Formats: sequence, structure tokens, C-alpha cells
Amino acid sequence: MLTIENLYAQIEGKDILKGVDLDVKAGEVHAIMGPNGSGKSTLSSVIAGNESYQMTAGKMLLRGNDLSELDAEERAHAGVFLSFQYPIEIPGVSVTNFIKTAINANRKAKGLKDMPASELLKKIREKAQMLDIDSKFLSRSLNEGFSGGEKKRNEIFQMAMLEPSLAILDETDSGLDIDALKIVANGVNKLKSKDNAVIIITHYQRLLDHIVPDFVHVLFDGKIVKSGTKELAHELEAKGYDWIKELA
Amino acid sequence: MEFKEKLISSHLAFEDVADLPENLHQSRISALKVFEKKGFPTKKDEAWKYTSLLNLVNQDYSLFPRDVTNIELKEVKKYFLYDTDTYKVIFIDGAYSPFLSNTTHDGIDVCLLSAALTKPKYKKLIETYFNKIAPQEDSLIALNTSYAKEGAFIYIPRSIDTEKPIEIIHFSSGKEKAIWLQPRNLIVVDQNAQVQIIERHQSLKDHPVVTNSVTEIYVHQDAFMDYYKLQNDLETASLIDNTFIVQEKNSHASVHTFSLGGKLIRNNLNFFHKGEHILSTLKGVTILKGKQHVDHCTLVHHAQPNCESHQDYKGIFSERSEGVFNGQILVDKIAQKTNAFQQNNNILLDDKASVNTKPQLEIYADDVKCSHGCTIGQLDEEALFYLRSRGIPKKEAKALMTYAFANNVLESVKLPSLKKRINKQIANKLGVSLGFEL
Repeated sequence: MLTIENLYAQIEGKDILKGVDLDVKAGEVHAIMGPNGSGKSTLSSVIAGNESYQMTAGKMLLRGNDLSELDAEERAHAGVFLSFQYPIEIPGVSVTNFIKTAINANRKAKGLKDMPASELLKKIREKAQMLDIDSKFLSRSLNEGFSGGEKKRNEIFQMAMLEPSLAILDETDSGLDIDALKIVANGVNKLKSKDNAVIIITHYQRLLDHIVPDFVHVLFDGKIVKSGTKELAHELEAKGYDWIKELA
Repeated sequence: MEFKEKLISSHLAFEDVADLPENLHQSRISALKVFEKKGFPTKKDEAWKYTSLLNLVNQDYSLFPRDVTNIELKEVKKYFLYDTDTYKVIFIDGAYSPFLSNTTHDGIDVCLLSAALTKPKYKKLIETYFNKIAPQEDSLIALNTSYAKEGAFIYIPRSIDTEKPIEIIHFSSGKEKAIWLQPRNLIVVDQNAQVQIIERHQSLKDHPVVTNSVTEIYVHQDAFMDYYKLQNDLETASLIDNTFIVQEKNSHASVHTFSLGGKLIRNNLNFFHKGEHILSTLKGVTILKGKQHVDHCTLVHHAQPNCESHQDYKGIFSERSEGVFNGQILVDKIAQKTNAFQQNNNILLDDKASVNTKPQLEIYADDVKCSHGCTIGQLDEEALFYLRSRGIPKKEAKALMTYAFANNVLESVKLPSLKKRINKQIANKLGVSLGFEL
């Protein structure tokens, strides 16, 4: 699904990623952990095509296609989805209208006509129910005045609607209480299939109790310094990140 | 001959054919004297520092069309709010078009100012309000007063809730090579009455048009008045809009100004409070491109205690367009417990676009809540990335952001069909389909 080789990236001339290698296959869940400032969010931004970051070396392929040649929207059309750590507020554009615009933009890119309104509404209802989202919530302005938990749930709702082949969840667990965390995790688990892949970026292990990763990677100072299975996450939780620094 | 000279020397001939009562005739002659003395404002005048009329007044215009032009309904229907049943007062090249209009004297008066000026029935209203609300010493207003021949006259009697909105539309047909129009409107909303008015100026062909319009509005106690100005004209048309509103106690008055097209637009919008517990709302969305220029010059004069005013102007400027916002709030010493708020936020989409924004607060009372804020910025890159990461192409993402930026001004438009129309016009200006209806 996603192949990253020797990826270097910088922001404002400062190197953040210094040779990342990552191979994610369809049907897999990967967790990327690491201390603050290790480059976790940069990695997700670079994969999704945030122009504030410059990729300076390496390869980034999605199903063999070079992602670095694509704009953010083209990456979305190719199946990349990023759940934001800090979703943006768009006053005056309702959740429903926003998702409709996004879905139809993706369809248009694939040469398809707009999704019929009835089909769209049915899908919205179904996915909202899955994530325990109230219908009133859907007519509110996107993220405006949403609590931290509502914002994250809304991100997963968008993921459910867009059905990406590669979903990157950037610190989706931050700001969630345990009930909201379960709902979000449950939603992600339902969306998982043998044809898609999920990358979970997180500082803590608690989300990984609910979405069990096949692989866990530790990112430190712009490089993946250790990879393992879910046990690695427990080890990190117990021992902290200090011992990792010595590995680097 | 300079255009100013022409205005002065043509006046006598104009007055000779205007069949007006003697007192009005006299006030027009003295108004012309004011204009003769003061002339057109220049950039040396503080209030005109960023807007020059020089290019406009350095050419010649026809002042009165030779004959009445007729326009087919199908040519102009698209400029009407056709899906709403409305009263209409419509002018073509400054002359009334009975064919396109839909006036009334049934319960309310929606008719021509020329009729009101001459009919005995309206004598008292005219004497009380006409040329009493707008300041007579202002040169452009004086010019309008001296030449004003036609416009809308609206009188809503006590406790009448006007069900249909009223549209005032001025078309310029392009039959004259270049034309200078001076419409004059008078609107009186009596106690506890309600009315919604839409005004637009529209050229049907590319040709130089300058409109120097004066609108006087008197809102009596407990009355509600909403006024919508749709400024989406061709790039050969300029507009100087002078609107003066006097409000009595417990009244609500709002003016929404949508400046989406034109060569040069100057909006002089003035509110004066004559009682307590008044609410005044001034909102505007400006979306410009090319070399268009829009100048909003507002004044809210809080002259009584316990009143409230809200100003919210949004501007979106691309290419080489220019915006000016000059917002004055004046709070008299007796106007305690005033709440006066002003916001002017602008987005520059191109390097060569510019905005000059100048809030002016003069506060002489000591127990008030007044605030102002202005911002000039670009679209937030992170927000754009958020939209693009959902598959929305850059151009549409920008439009959606811009739309969201302007949205809270649209939010308060109370007429659904108007709101929908403006929403579409904004989408058109931004060159995209937003992919959804309001």
C-alpha cells in the first residue's frame, strides 16, 4: 500500500525527517510512536501533502504511484486520508455540506457524477449512527465551537464517509475521554478491511488497546529507531522513551 | 467646458421644465449654490483621502435623457427577485418605467418621489422629511438636491407590516453615450411599522455611468426597517451612494451592502439616533477584482443613551482592486450605556490588491462599551490544506474559505430568496460552484 524509503523532509529549512523507511501493506495497522518533537506529525503532514513541508530526498509511493508528485487533493483522490490533530473551523459551512462537497470532489476526480442526494443522506445517517453522532451535530458549522472530542469524532466521521485506502490518524486520542475513545476506536475497527491500511500516530499506548496494531514503530529525531509488534507499545508505556534515545 | 460648469449652467433650463412648488424650487437653487461653491470633493478632503473622483468628473455626461427608453421585461427580469412577489419602483436612465414597476397606494405608499413632491396629499410628509435628513451643506448631496427629479417614495403608515419586499432598481440602458444619474429616495416608516427594501443600480451595456444617489430614511419608534443594497454592476458603472437614516426610540434599522461589482463605489452610510433603545446594524460584503474600487464610509452617531450599533464589514480583494473602510462612531456625552461595535476584516488574494481601513471612535460619554477591530490578511494555509486533504481542489477550497469568511454577514439576511441569490453571486464572483445550496 504505502512504501516510504529514506524520506527526508524539512520545514523552513530545518530538517525534521532524516531518512524514514516504512512499508505498510493492505490490511495492516501500523502505530508510530515517539516523544514530542520526534517528527510524528511532520510525517503525517508530508504523506498528506502539506505544502508547508518540503520533501528533500527519498521515495514515497502509494500502490506504486509516486505521491510526491501529487497535490494534497490528488493524494486524497488517490485514497490518502489524514485525521487532523487540530481540525480547522469553517464557520458557515455545515458538516453535511462540507462532506457533500468533499465526496463529490472526489467523485468528480474519478470521472463520476455527484452522489445522488438520497444515497448521500442514507450514508450520512448510517455512519453518524456508527459513531454515535447526533443529527443536530451534522447541521452545525464545521468544527466551530466543537469540543475536542467532537472534533475528533467528526474527523473519523469524514473518514467513514470518504472510505480512504490509507488513513493516518494523527493524535486522534488526544482530548478524548474514555467513552469517546471507545466510540472512535470502534468506528476505526469497523472501517478496517483487508483492502485498506491505517497508520496511527500517537504519543500514548491507550488508543492501541482499542485499535490493535500489527506493527509498532518508534520515531526519534526524524528516524525510525525501533520497530516491533504491539508488545513494543506496552514496553514504551512502562519504560518511557529515554531508553529509545540511547538507541539513536 | 468642464463637467462642473455644465452642471451649473444647465440647471436653469432643467428647473424651467421641472414643475415644482416654489419652495422646493428655491431650495434647489440654494443647493446648487452650495455645490458651485464647494465643487466635487477631492483627495485633499480627509473623508476622500483614498478615493478620487477626478477621473469620473473629468469627462462629459448627458444629464437628462432625450427620450424615454423602453426595455423589454425579458431583458431585465433576471435582475428582479422574481421568485418573490415584490413591489417595484423601476427607472430607466433616470426616468420612471411604469411598465416594469409595480407600485401601490393600497395601505402603504410605494410610488414616485416626483408624484409625492407635487401632490397636496403628501405635502406634510415632504415638508417634514424631504431634504431634512441629509445634510444640506455636503456638496454631493447639494448636487443631488439641485437636480433630483426622480426616485422612490415609500411611506409605511403606523403598525403596518409590509408583507412584500420593495425593490428599487435603476437601469441604465446604454442609449446615452455616457450618463450621470441623480436618483433621490425618501422612505418614512411610521410607528411600529415594518418594511424590507432592496436597491440596485444596473447598467445593461458597457458605457460610462455615474450615479450620485441620495436616500433619506426616517424610522419612527418601534419600527423595523431592513435595507439591502446590491452593488453588482458592470465595470463601466460608478456609484456614489449617500444614505442617511434617522431612528427614533426602540426602532431597529439595518443596512446590508453587497459590493460585488462596479468601477468605483462610494458608500456614505449615516445613522443618527433620536431616542433610546435603538438598534442599528451595518453589514457589508465586498468582493472585488480587476481595478475595481470600493469605499465604505460609515457614521453612527449615538446621540441618546442605551442604544446599540453593530458594524461588520468583510472584504475580499483580488488582482489590483482596492478597498477602503472608514468607520466613524460618535458617542455624545449624554449617550451613556452605549454599545457600539465595529469590525472590518479583509482578505487580500493577490499582492497588488490593497485595503485602507480606518476606524474612528469619538467617545464623549464615560459609561459605554465600544470596540473596533480590523484585520488584513491572506487565507489561512493550514485551513486550505485541511480542505484539500479531503479532496477539495485548491480553487474550490479557496472559494469555500472565502465564502465561510463572508458568511456571517449573509447569515443575517432575512429574505431567503435574496440570501440564495447573493450566495450564488458570491460563488460566481469566486468563479466556482460551491457544490451546495444554502
